[in-house]
Amino acid sequence: MHSFGYRANALLTFAVTILAFMCAIASFSDNFSNQTPSAQIQILNINWFQKQPHGNDEVSLTLNITADLQSLFTWNTKQVFAFVAAEYKTSKNSLNQVSLWDAIIPEIEHAKFWIQISNKYRFIDQGHNLRGKDFNLTLHWHVMPKTGKMFADKIVMSGYRLPDAYR
Amino acid sequence: MGWIGETVDSIKSIKIRQLLTQAVTLGMIVTSALIIWKAMMCVTGTESPVVVVLSGSMEPAFQRGDILFLRMTKDPIRTGEIVVFKIDGRDIPIVHRVIEVHERKTTGKVDVLTKGDNNDVDDIGLYADGQMWLHRHHIMGRAVGFLPYVGWVTIIMTEKPIIKYLLIGAMGLLVITSKD
Repeated sequence: MHSFGYRANALLTFAVTILAFMCAIASFSDNFSNQTPSAQIQILNINWFQKQPHGNDEVSLTLNITADLQSLFTWNTKQVFAFVAAEYKTSKNSLNQVSLWDAIIPEIEHAKFWIQISNKYRFIDQGHNLRGKDFNLTLHWHVMPKTGKMFADKIVMSGYRLPDAYR
Repeated sequence: MGWIGETVDSIKSIKIRQLLTQAVTLGMIVTSALIIWKAMMCVTGTESPVVVVLSGSMEPAFQRGDILFLRMTKDPIRTGEIVVFKIDGRDIPIVHRVIEVHERKTTGKVDVLTKGDNNDVDDIGLYADGQMWLHRHHIMGRAVGFLPYVGWVTIIMTEKPIIKYLLIGAMGLLVITSKD
């Protein structure tokens, strides 16, 4: 009953149980954080808008993204993954979501930013439905914890429109 | 003739009963582990409720050796979700993020494109020849939670099977030699 083996076993079991419990309450504490992120996206320029040889529309945009995601960071946050997606409907598809840009924010200091870039990923439609198309731009964020449950949410900004003709 | 009866009695009464009890206890432990695993499969709705991260394509969020908790619901697949999928004909599940979704109005079917956060290009190169999109039936689950470092045990046991055999051998030895 008091051999080294039994003592080591008991110690190990206790240590693992305590560790699991600590991870669980660390994750649970994330529920109490007050999150007030804000963002704005402007389309500065439509760089070009063409129909590809295969028949799919493609557009290249320059976006101006301003965001303050500092309130999403808690002590249990490892990084925040932010991305901007364009959402629109077509006659064939009830929903299309195309990711245009993403960034990994490893620390709270980098979470308040202003960036002006052209789309990182190609904005290609399934078909040629983009002329004159109204679409939303959504800023999504995905909070990845040091341990436990991940949170994700988004801000939807509507009112964007693609030009009526190719250029 | 008496001593044969005595020997047989002693063999029957001591060793076999003890051995059987130990075997039953071991069987109970193994089956309770199996019950817990199957129950987790039911609760989370996916055939692998826990996966180990094997590659560095989702760094720095998920490092090799972390474990992910998965869940699969009937909710539609949307961009930003971290999904686990298997390509037809390959065994290894891949954990990447959805970057594009096209959902058909009439059938509700989706075309999905994925990409690892740390990769430069999307996953078209990983899909089967000629496959441009993933569909719902490829996707095994969504990652909802995460625990760091715990998966190293599984990685070590898979990549160096010697350690697995050593561990099982040591456990077997413990079971046989323990007095209760």
